[in-house]
Amino acid sequence: MLQGLVLLFGFQFIGELLSHLFALPIPGNVIGMALMLVALTSGIVKEESISEAGELLLKYMALFFVPAGVGVMLYFDLIAREWLPIIVGTVVSTFVVMAVTGWTEQLLGGADD
Amino acid sequence: MTELVTTPLFGIILTLATFWIAELVYRRTGFILLNPVFVSICSIIIFLKMTHIDYAAYASGGKLLLFLLGPSVVALALPLWQRREQILKRKLPILVGVCAGALSSIISAAGTAWLLGGSHKVVLSLVPKSVTTPIAIGISEKIGGIVPLTAALVVLTGCIGAICGPEFCRLIRIRKATSMGLAIGTASHGIGTARVLEEDRLAGAVSGLAIGLNGLATAILVPLLWFLFGW
Repeated sequence: MLQGLVLLFGFQFIGELLSHLFALPIPGNVIGMALMLVALTSGIVKEESISEAGELLLKYMALFFVPAGVGVMLYFDLIAREWLPIIVGTVVSTFVVMAVTGWTEQLLGGADD
Repeated sequence: MTELVTTPLFGIILTLATFWIAELVYRRTGFILLNPVFVSICSIIIFLKMTHIDYAAYASGGKLLLFLLGPSVVALALPLWQRREQILKRKLPILVGVCAGALSSIISAAGTAWLLGGSHKVVLSLVPKSVTTPIAIGISEKIGGIVPLTAALVVLTGCIGAICGPEFCRLIRIRKATSMGLAIGTASHGIGTARVLEEDRLAGAVSGLAIGLNGLATAILVPLLWFLFGW
């Protein structure tokens, strides 16, 4: 468990460092995910060493978004002023993206694996 | 009493307890509109408003839980690694799918808001709404959007994908795990991914991949569109 946490936080740290050093538009944790994938592929990190901590974090990932969502309450006034274009634009676009992305992938990839 | 509210303990216990109850209710009822993330956010906001407790007091504990999101995103490498063969087999459809999704997100979000009479700044704030928060904030800043509004819309977008993503995909006949994961991850980043992970491991892995790919695609497409059309 501890080893996994060290590795997961460590890779995030390296990701943040690279994102900062090279002024990349990608957040450090996403770079950390890519680096972790490379490390798993090359055998530097074994799956077993991060699986316990990783599975636990993944299981509760949804929970970690709650505080960010509560922050929305600070901007109620802003949203209330132009709620129609804001809400309708967001809802419509979210469904459009799901349809376009899913259909494109399905069409190009064929019906079966 | 007031001192206790400003310690991180308050925000942590309020979030954990609310989410725990919200998840119990969701499991018992199986009603998709009762998505635990969405219900928890609404309940905590109502609670804070009713008790007149400052957001800042809540956030001192809340941000500690939010902090764990970082290593969780790194941990998304795990399902990706476990499903690498199935994902690599479809790498081209996945890449093209994300690019199509990123482009349709920018156009449909800005277009709909503009048609409904949204102000210039509001339209620009909607552009990066499908992208994970840190990237979305960076893009919104660069193009002159209202950064806090963008951050709020990213959460709203995530909740929409988490609440009805899998059902919507089934409705429009997106059945394959990779297609569904890609669709929800591209449209609604990490919050959507958290829901997909509960439904299907492969779909969750692809959804996690889509967070990074869409962030990258949008970060490249927005300045490009800006240059081409100079909005």
